[in-house]
Amino acid sequence: MYDKPRFLLAGDRGLLVEFGASIDPKINQKVRQIFLSLEKTPIDGVSEIIPTYRSILIFYNPSLSNPERLKQEIVDREKSFNTWEIPPPETIEIPVCYGGNFGPDLAFVAQHNKLTPEEVIQIHTSGTYLIYMLGFTPGFPFLGGLSEKLFTPRLENPRQLVPAGSVGIANNQTGIYPIDSPGGWQLIGKTPIKLYDPTGAPPILLRAGNCLKFKQISKKEFLELASS
Amino acid sequence: MEIFEVLQPGAYTTVQDSGRFNYQQFGVPVCGVVDSFAYRVANALVGNFQDQAVLEATIFGPTLKVVNQGLIAVTGGNLTPLINNVALPMWESVAIHPDDVLQFKGVKSGCRAYIAVAGGINVPHVMGSRSTYVAGKIGGINGRPLVAGDRLNKEEGTGVAGNRIPSNLIPAYSNDIKIRVILGPQDDYFSDGMDTFFTSTFKVSTKADRMGYRLEGDAIIHKKGVGKSIISEPSVPGGIQVPPDGQPIILLVEQTVGGYTKIATVISSDIGKVGQAKPGDQIHFQKVEIDKAHHIFKEEEEKIKTIKKLLNK
Repeated sequence: MYDKPRFLLAGDRGLLVEFGASIDPKINQKVRQIFLSLEKTPIDGVSEIIPTYRSILIFYNPSLSNPERLKQEIVDREKSFNTWEIPPPETIEIPVCYGGNFGPDLAFVAQHNKLTPEEVIQIHTSGTYLIYMLGFTPGFPFLGGLSEKLFTPRLENPRQLVPAGSVGIANNQTGIYPIDSPGGWQLIGKTPIKLYDPTGAPPILLRAGNCLKFKQISKKEFLELASS
Repeated sequence: MEIFEVLQPGAYTTVQDSGRFNYQQFGVPVCGVVDSFAYRVANALVGNFQDQAVLEATIFGPTLKVVNQGLIAVTGGNLTPLINNVALPMWESVAIHPDDVLQFKGVKSGCRAYIAVAGGINVPHVMGSRSTYVAGKIGGINGRPLVAGDRLNKEEGTGVAGNRIPSNLIPAYSNDIKIRVILGPQDDYFSDGMDTFFTSTFKVSTKADRMGYRLEGDAIIHKKGVGKSIISEPSVPGGIQVPPDGQPIILLVEQTVGGYTKIATVISSDIGKVGQAKPGDQIHFQKVEIDKAHHIFKEEEEKIKTIKKLLNK
C-alpha cells in the first residue's frame, strides 16, 4: 500500500486514484472505503465512479470540477476515515452444480492437481472469495482467494461458446461467466443464478468489495432453481 | 407512432443516446453515440432538446421507408444521404412523408452518420438508457443492430423544417486527422516509445469498432525494466492502450476495464473525430495539457449552447 494515494490523469474527464501496486485485500479495502464514502456523500461535479483491484476512477464534469479540487477532497476524506466505520462486506452464496455437462473440465482440473473431483469440489466450496472488481462482461467478478491446490492453466483452445452461469478456473483465478461468451477457462460447474438480468432489480447481482462463497447443489436442485 | 420500416439495415446501424451511466462499476459500459457533437446538433435541429435516441449508421447507411410523416436531420459523416433518390441536405431539418425512402449511397467523408427524428426514436429504456449494447444484449431493438423488417417508433416531437446551422460550425471530416491527447495514466512506462507515439503516423486498421480502434504503425516500445501490462484498472473512452506488440488501440465506448498500459488519453472533444475515422485513415497525436483540454471542452459546450439558442429563436 502506498503512503499516500497516487493521482493519475485519465483524460480530461477522469481522475484515477491508485492506492497500491499489488493485488491485496488490504489495498482493495481502501478502494472500497473511498468508493462507499463517495457513494454516500457524492462530490459536486462527479458523475460516476469505478472501483477496481487497487484503484478507483472518478469521472467528473470539467465545467463543475477539476483534478486539483478532487485530489484535495480525497485527501481530506482519507484523514477522517480513522473515525469512520465502513459496513463489513456481505457474503453471497452461489449454488453450483459441479461436473457432468455443466463442468466438462472438472476431471482435468482434478487430474492436473492430483486430486479427486470430490476433493476439487470440497476445496472450491470451502473458500471465501473477495470480489475485487466487476468488468470484462457485465457482472463478471474478478475473484481473489482461490486455493493454490486448484491452480490450473487455461484451455489451449478457448471455447467458442461458454454458457452463462459457467464456473471456471484459469491459473490462480476462479470466476463465473454472466453471459454467453467465448472463453478459455476450465469449466468445473454451473450456477442456475443469474448474475446479469438487465430488467431485474438490481440488474447485476454482485458488487465489488463484497465476498462470495460457492455451495454444491445437485442437478435436481439446479433444475428447480433454474425454473423458479 | 411508427416512423420507419427498415428495408436494409446498412453495415452496422444501432439506436443510441447519450449513454448508459452509473453501471460501469458493474462492468456495463457507457455505450451511447461515438460522435457526441454530431449527435447533439442532430437532436437540436429537429427540436429535441434532451438526450433523445437517434440512429447511428456506420460507413454504409440503412435504407428506411417512412411510415408516418415526421421531421429528420442527418449529421456526422457524409454517407451520401438520399431521399427518394434526391440528395438530402445534411445538418438541416427536413420534413419526411409516408412512403418516402431514405437511403445512403456510400461514404464521402467521415464514418458515422446520425439520423435524428423529432421526438426521438422510442425504444424501452434499459438501465436508464436506450443505447444499444450488443455484447450485453440490451437497449435499442432487442439489444442488436437493426435488421431488415424492423419497425421503429418515435415519440411526439415539435421541431420545424428548414433549421440549419451556420456552415462554420459544421465539422470537416478529413482522412488525415490530428488527435489531441493528455499523457497517461501510464506515460511513465514509456521513454523512446513516447517519441514514436508523437512523431509517427498511424493508420486505422480494419479492426475498428465501437469498442476500440486498433491502429497500425511503428511499434511503440515500453521502457526497459517495466512490465508490459498492469493490474486491471478502469478504462475511459479515449484511453490509448499499448499492448505488448506496440500497436496502439484507442478505446471507445464499450469497455470498462483493461490490463494494458495506456500511454495517453484522447481529450473528450476529439473522441468524435476518432469515431469519424475509418479503416485506412491516418492519425497523428498531439499533446495538450489538462488546462488546455478543459478550455477546449468548455468551448465546445459553448458552441452547443450557441447552436441551441440559434435554433430556439
